[in-house]
Amino acid sequence: MRAVGIILAGGNNRRMQELTTKRAVAAMPVASSYRAIDFTLSNMTNSHIQKVAVLTQYNARSLNEHLNSSKWWDFGRKQGGLYVFTPVITSDNGYWYRGTADAIYQNLDFLKKCHEPYVIIASGDAVYKIDYNKVLEYHIAKRADITVVVKDLSDHEDATRFGTVRMNEASRIEEFEEKPMVSHSQTISTGIYIIRRRLLIDLVERSQDEGRYDLVSDILIRYKNLKKIYGYKLKSYWSNIATVDAYYKTNMDFLKPEVRNYFFKELPQVYSKVSDQPPAKYNPGAIVKNSLIGSGSIINGTVENSVIHKKVFVGNNCVIKNSIILNDVYLGDNVYIENCIVESRDTIRANARYIGESGIRVVIEKSDRYAL
Amino acid sequence: MVKKEMIAMLLAGGQGSRLGVLTAKVAKPAVAFGGKYRIIDFPLSNCINSGVDTVGVLTQYQPLRLNTHIGIGIPWDLDRNVGGVSILPPYEKSTNSEWYTGTANAIYQNLDYIQGFNPDYVLILSGDHIYKMDYEVMLDFHKAKKADVTIAAMPVPMEEANRFGIVVTDSENEIREFEEKPEKPSSNLASMGIYIFSWPVLKDALIQLSGQPNCDFGKHIIPYCHSKGQRLFAYEYNGYWKDVGTLNSYWEANMELIDIIPEFNLYEEFWKIYTNSANLPPQYISEQGVVDRCIISNGTEVYGEVHSSVLGAGITIGKGSVVRDSIIMRNVTIGENCVIEKAIIAENTVIGNNVVIGIGAEVPNQLKPNIYSGGLVTIGENSRIPSDVQIGKNTAISGETFNEDYRDGMLAGGETLIKAGDWR
Repeated sequence: MRAVGIILAGGNNRRMQELTTKRAVAAMPVASSYRAIDFTLSNMTNSHIQKVAVLTQYNARSLNEHLNSSKWWDFGRKQGGLYVFTPVITSDNGYWYRGTADAIYQNLDFLKKCHEPYVIIASGDAVYKIDYNKVLEYHIAKRADITVVVKDLSDHEDATRFGTVRMNEASRIEEFEEKPMVSHSQTISTGIYIIRRRLLIDLVERSQDEGRYDLVSDILIRYKNLKKIYGYKLKSYWSNIATVDAYYKTNMDFLKPEVRNYFFKELPQVYSKVSDQPPAKYNPGAIVKNSLIGSGSIINGTVENSVIHKKVFVGNNCVIKNSIILNDVYLGDNVYIENCIVESRDTIRANARYIGESGIRVVIEKSDRYAL
Repeated sequence: MVKKEMIAMLLAGGQGSRLGVLTAKVAKPAVAFGGKYRIIDFPLSNCINSGVDTVGVLTQYQPLRLNTHIGIGIPWDLDRNVGGVSILPPYEKSTNSEWYTGTANAIYQNLDYIQGFNPDYVLILSGDHIYKMDYEVMLDFHKAKKADVTIAAMPVPMEEANRFGIVVTDSENEIREFEEKPEKPSSNLASMGIYIFSWPVLKDALIQLSGQPNCDFGKHIIPYCHSKGQRLFAYEYNGYWKDVGTLNSYWEANMELIDIIPEFNLYEEFWKIYTNSANLPPQYISEQGVVDRCIISNGTEVYGEVHSSVLGAGITIGKGSVVRDSIIMRNVTIGENCVIEKAIIAENTVIGNNVVIGIGAEVPNQLKPNIYSGGLVTIGENSRIPSDVQIGKNTAISGETFNEDYRDGMLAGGETLIKAGDWR
């Protein structure tokens, strides 16, 4: 592959509510077996990208733990590898990453030392499969300066939390608005960009001189008439998880057979860190309907239309409906949960009752497990 | 110089012919167990959990599955700069090339491997038992007793003692006598086939007995050490230990895992069992799915009913099908409206629609009544069972079978159907 990968996984997001108090969005568990960043990492390794840098800043402990070995994504190589860059103090810099462009600038040495002619920039908070080689071929064929992977949202989806674009017939991006108040287009940027490495270094250095730090507003939008920026339409499944509702919807999408087939059965595979959990166990009394169950879970109660992550204990006579239970949660007996997302490593007291009345409710109880 | 205090030699070359068609194409240690695991995962995990980070795995019979499963040992953290896991098949020598002719002969042929680590102790393990054991504690016992050889032994019911190698010990646990499958056992301490040798003692015995045909630990090495007056001790073990050498014991050991609090608990944080789990996706239970008293592994999709069963990874159970009291290994596909009772179905097998397995009265198997018994139906890996057939008890099937192979759409109890060819 003629590109290096950069994954921007630094972000936090108030729209994830309490779910991101203890982790970056990219480290959110998705579909029982994965973390959000696994999808982008797997896409990169499946596209034969050998060198990947993950730029992270916000509460990276969980993410670092997940990325503690590069071998699960086959990046454990002598040539290339997986690099995790958090902000550091150097003799000439003492700032956090002040923006995405600044994050790249602070790690410019990495880019300068590479020999690959292209850079693929992606975010760590989207669930999708893509062959970046196809995008690169398109980028070269269009003689583009920058190629943005774009996606058409369906009409009822909210485009205002994304960057919206409008393209001409030749797919050149003519309008680019970041998180508009009112969206004029349902075509949005997925946050995946391809750019020549030399050009990226040049643009990032120039922005730095001007005191500009954001990749989207200070480079893409600012240069959109000056540089040839093209859009590559992604037709297959793509879903961003960075709000509570989107996170919920993305997980629930995996209950559809076509989505499961696409991600779990069709090649290439999605890889994740192996967690050595035993098989899931269903004791007498377990009733499970239309649900995903993670390994290592023990189910004694009723689970319907839900996504249960790894190592969850569901007590006797529990009822879980339309909910997501994150990994390592202990639910005492007779718990009732509906329309909720239960935060990981939590312990829910017996007889507790949580219902998301108007929308999805995030449940964090923090009970002491051994007092039960 | 490289130095390891204790290294393990894991004997994984045996066929395990009493597992019938399950081991027709794989060595016994590579047979699936407990859903996602393989039998060899248990001794390998015990090794790394005990701090033994150098393991030689001796392979001979059908090693391909073992080789791909173990790889460089990543799942067990046995990918080491020094030591780690090594697969040791028999090899050609300038003179006297031979297969591994016995357990001790296999070790003898790999003396150089052991010597390369310069160990003080050598742990001999077999790859066909299900148990959790801290070999370090056993080593402490070995050192405390200043033993030359320590044999792990466990009490068995007196009436079953005649099936085992029995050790007779004194009050200090020193072994006084051996009885191999005795008619009138004088003790109920059975050898578990786990030995710790002080390396010079083992080396000497192996070299002295190198001319012995089919040189075996139980039959030759231990009696030799005993006759030389060396210090042999029995390390009494009282935990869970299960020999899964026969289809019935294999089936029972699997079924014990689905008890509410199983005696052998895979869910403890302490002493985890590791395996090479290629399959990552979660399992899916559909709207009509029923899962009742069972364990199910990654990537399996249940559209039918599963009762009291152990399911591996990547399985599909079709709509309307009912699986009961069965063991199903990875990547098996079961069609719609099947009824499967008390069956062991090995990897990658495909079963059509409306198939009934485990029907009728129990008739002894005509070919191998001692192997296919207990009412079990055993289906080998990569088999294909066509739609609309019925299969009786105490039967065995392997290969790609078609409707013509079933007289009146039926394989009667006690029959065996072995066909050539994998369906894929």
